[in-house]
Amino acid sequence: MADQLSRIFAAIADPTRRDILARLAVGDATVGQLAEPYRMSVQAVSKHLKVLEEAGLVTRGRDAQRRPVHLEAAVFDLMTSWIERYRKQAEQRYRRLDAVLAEMNETDRHHDTDEETAS
Amino acid sequence: MTTRTGATITADPTLPIIHITRDFAASPEQLFRAHTDPELFARWVGPDGTDTKIEHWDAANGGSFRYGGVSGGQEYRFRGCFHEVRTDRIVQTFTWEGMPDDVALETLTFEDLGGGRTRLRAQSLCNSFEARDAWLSSGMESGVNDGYAKLDAMLAGGGR
Repeated sequence: MADQLSRIFAAIADPTRRDILARLAVGDATVGQLAEPYRMSVQAVSKHLKVLEEAGLVTRGRDAQRRPVHLEAAVFDLMTSWIERYRKQAEQRYRRLDAVLAEMNETDRHHDTDEETAS
Repeated sequence: MTTRTGATITADPTLPIIHITRDFAASPEQLFRAHTDPELFARWVGPDGTDTKIEHWDAANGGSFRYGGVSGGQEYRFRGCFHEVRTDRIVQTFTWEGMPDDVALETLTFEDLGGGRTRLRAQSLCNSFEARDAWLSSGMESGVNDGYAKLDAMLAGGGR
């Protein structure tokens, strides 16, 4: 399963693939529709889709003609929620550090004023 | 007064690295002190509601540290070695004693942004993608294995 997670990280590391995911978040699309805005061949876009599919982030519809691409939102959300939780923990830690630093600022400032008054 | 840009986190896709960046309303020297003075460090390292006890602390080149705390009724201990301690940079190893084989190499830098602001960059190089992903998912109450089980189920469901 860790491999799967690494595949997801690798899949979303590419800006074109992130853009494809963002567009799929609005609704399903065919490969042709996805290729339109890029100066890229349908084959090149298909390669990107294969990476996303292997990561479990998208699936292809059964419709033989169109095979619409569908975003697996639950998988995408789970991955981002992991990172978001980790980020929130880090942020909480750094807010405590903010408070400690603010106190240090106070103490350091008093020292400075003392020195100024002394001179 | 303090700006709230918030911490940014990135998980490198090609290496088992976690990057964290955060700006502070303090000088690099103050940020350095908050990372090397054990009394100051214990006050913020957390998590929230955890009383951190420093058991050993020698913030010098070749020194080491060990600290612990109780969170959610469970006791946690961390330890590591200070490889290099410099006012603009700290390089150290970091291990949770619950998984002693997973050792991360951490590099912290304090960059002066001017105007009394400093940017902290923390890079953790883990010894495997599995260990990195375990850290990333450690925020989940259910823990990493439950997290993977959940992802497993979702991927199984998605593979129509």
